[in-house]
Amino acid sequence: MSTIPLTRLDEPATRQRPNYLNVKSTIGSWLLTTDHKRIAILYLLSITAFFFMGGAFATMIRLELLTPQGDFVTADTYNKLFTMHGLIMVFLFLVPSIPAVLGNFLIPMMIGARDLAFPKINLLSWYLYVFGGIFVVYAALSGGVDTGWTFYTPYSSTYSNSAVITTALGVFVAGFSSILTGLNFIVTIHKMRAPGLTWGKIPLFVWSHYATALIQILGTPVLAITITLLVVERIAHVGIFDPALGGDPVLFQHMFWFYSHPAVYIMILPGMGVISEVIACYSRKAVFGYKVVAASSMAIAILSFLVWGHHLFVSGQSIYAGMVFSLLSFFVAVPSAIKVFNWTATLYKGSISFETPMLYAFGFIGLFTMGGLTGLFLASLGFDVHVTDTYFVIAHFHYVMVGGMVVAYLAGIHYWWPKMTGRMYPEAWARIAAIVVFVGFNLTFFPQFILGYLGMPRRYHVYPPEFQALNVLSTAGASVLAVGYLLPIIYLLWSLKYGAIAPANPWGAKGLEWETPSPPPTDNFIETPIVTELTYDYSKPAEAPIA
Amino acid sequence: MQNAFPLFPESASTMSGQVDALTFFLTLVSGLMTLLIFATITILAIKYRRRSPNDPLPAPIHGSWLLESTWSIVPFLVMLIMFAWGARLFFDNYTPPVGAMEIFVVGKQWMWKVQHPEGQREINELHIPVGRPIMLTMASEDVIHSFFIPAFRVKHDVVPGVGRYSQLWFNATKVGDYHLFCAEYCGNQHSGMTGWIHVMEPADYQAWLSLHGGNATMAQAGETLFGQLGCATCHAPGATPPNLSLTNMYGHPVQLVGGATVLADENYIRESIINPRAKVVLGYPPVMPTYQGQVTEEGVLQLIAYIKSLSRPSERPAANNANAREGTKK
Repeated sequence: MSTIPLTRLDEPATRQRPNYLNVKSTIGSWLLTTDHKRIAILYLLSITAFFFMGGAFATMIRLELLTPQGDFVTADTYNKLFTMHGLIMVFLFLVPSIPAVLGNFLIPMMIGARDLAFPKINLLSWYLYVFGGIFVVYAALSGGVDTGWTFYTPYSSTYSNSAVITTALGVFVAGFSSILTGLNFIVTIHKMRAPGLTWGKIPLFVWSHYATALIQILGTPVLAITITLLVVERIAHVGIFDPALGGDPVLFQHMFWFYSHPAVYIMILPGMGVISEVIACYSRKAVFGYKVVAASSMAIAILSFLVWGHHLFVSGQSIYAGMVFSLLSFFVAVPSAIKVFNWTATLYKGSISFETPMLYAFGFIGLFTMGGLTGLFLASLGFDVHVTDTYFVIAHFHYVMVGGMVVAYLAGIHYWWPKMTGRMYPEAWARIAAIVVFVGFNLTFFPQFILGYLGMPRRYHVYPPEFQALNVLSTAGASVLAVGYLLPIIYLLWSLKYGAIAPANPWGAKGLEWETPSPPPTDNFIETPIVTELTYDYSKPAEAPIA
Repeated sequence: MQNAFPLFPESASTMSGQVDALTFFLTLVSGLMTLLIFATITILAIKYRRRSPNDPLPAPIHGSWLLESTWSIVPFLVMLIMFAWGARLFFDNYTPPVGAMEIFVVGKQWMWKVQHPEGQREINELHIPVGRPIMLTMASEDVIHSFFIPAFRVKHDVVPGVGRYSQLWFNATKVGDYHLFCAEYCGNQHSGMTGWIHVMEPADYQAWLSLHGGNATMAQAGETLFGQLGCATCHAPGATPPNLSLTNMYGHPVQLVGGATVLADENYIRESIINPRAKVVLGYPPVMPTYQGQVTEEGVLQLIAYIKSLSRPSERPAANNANAREGTKK
């Protein structure tokens, strides 16, 4: 049990107070920690490294596309660049980002628990993630892989001469990290809620992670199976996907997207959870339609498994199957739209302030709305035939994944930074960065909608000269976006030493995580909290935390 | 010449205008929706901004079932329009009309090889007449490719494998040269797997055909191949059991061992050459060896053209797509 001395927590914390960061400082105490907060920090450091690695690949892609000729890198290098960019960003950044960092850090605190249900499995998941990441990096260094992150057969299984097996094994291993995180969240949310914290009171961040965790444990094994079959075919020439061996290449697409479409929601649902928390806090209002927003997360999780065929509209699946998948894809748009409407309605009669996380939240709603609506374009069959496999699709999913998830991640990192580090970030710089990200993002990706409709196919190393102007615009935008991503790295690191000392609840926010010191003690709470009030009860002033 | 900075693609087929109309509808609805959300957020954010830290805390509003229902059902109904419109276009886009002119395409790393029925062959170029429905029957020698003509708003993957001829049809409305792209990533020179669609006046097209004619027609080339590969040993016209005559087979249902029936179409003939034991004709021993690796996809298409020529034209189905309008399904 806790031996933490009681302190007056309404005063700014001092460094001397024992907390999860300063309790031990040896390298071993970090690498063998079972504290969910320390594991979150380990994840934060590793996914940040992979984010900038993936970003470096994106930079080289955008530089190549400045000119229509293939003059910056060779075709072979270009194909490896976009493959590594996709693999790293999807499997090593987006999938773990919010769940493994913020979810890990916050879910136990939000439900009044001392840790996740299985702390050692939590640490194991980080090691699996790093192990998987090392495989992928090794593949990149040992010649790279050129199949695209989608590994479509029979190119990947028979024709590619690159490090397919190493990379696939990396994704396979990293997948188990995701499964273990999901498993841990589900058990924790079921079994470890504080007294009084009923399902109808858990924060929407927790609901969205619960929905995410369901997809992680139900979908990721299918990815593991698919990758295993791919590796078996590549090594042993067992005919599964390669028609020359009697296999079916489209079967691979069905299996791949059976995981990878739900995985899109693994990547966006946690972001939606962050936005719900942030909007409620900075408008001092309970999230409008709490139950509907929570239910919509679950609806998304379930429907996400029924839409994979919309990636195969032009692959030769039956046109009637195409119609069913199109209709189901419109269904899944409804719960996403509901969330946007409810966030907007939350602002009504609120008391709104504009700190950095709120700016990111507004950016999220705008960009996610555009990403979602262009998703409707793509769900509409007659339109999809023209733009599938073009830059329209690239723009669409970057609006959702980058405009949505990365922006939500940045909102969350800023919102909970004081809690995680005990320091305030510099507000002015952070607001500038948020605006730079928004502008840079739109400048990068909006031209790609037009490029796609003009017909520029994705994964093109050289392209017809009439597409150049829009590509130059996109590359210019990417350099603005890069500044927007580098700024937070600089000022957040700066804040660790020079930032103002954070109080326990700098935003006057509701939620159990704000009722414990910043940074929290190893056991999170000095006493297990008892929950009596509703979630987001901003009509009462936030109490100064008491020990 | 192409516009140096186009913002909208050329529109040059009967399909392209229809896709553009759907695009305008989708853009209009989405634009209004985006505007509505942006404007609402902006207005609410300004109106309810916190003016001083001491502003009173707002009263909670927990939701409204009326609003929730409205903003679930109304967008859903609009989406149903998007669905129905898109599905209608998709059906038309992938249902070749009766009597379309057939051209054969083989995709391989990294080129498009085209054969006209009269024997003309071209690479990375396709000459077609304006105003006439064209149906492409497409096969891949290696990996998945995708045949994409942006100006026509049509695309279809070209998937390797047994029983997988991909089909794509279009009707060009404007004379000119249009991009042909491979849209499915296919390896090193994927972005080099491009070409041109040359849409010509019918008279110019005829002139082009005769200028490039002189080769054997596809059926004649197929007949030669039929002899070279030894097919004629067992399948010569007029063969009697246990040898199987192919005369008048194309376009007819065939009884299989096990009781099933299959329509002898392109896909069935191709499967029977590559994997003869997959669907064995009732009453004939399963003795035919596979020709996988011995005949190219282009050769298979020529053999099919030859076998088709052994059927009386009146008995051939208009289009072999199972979904073909007025096509003979089953």
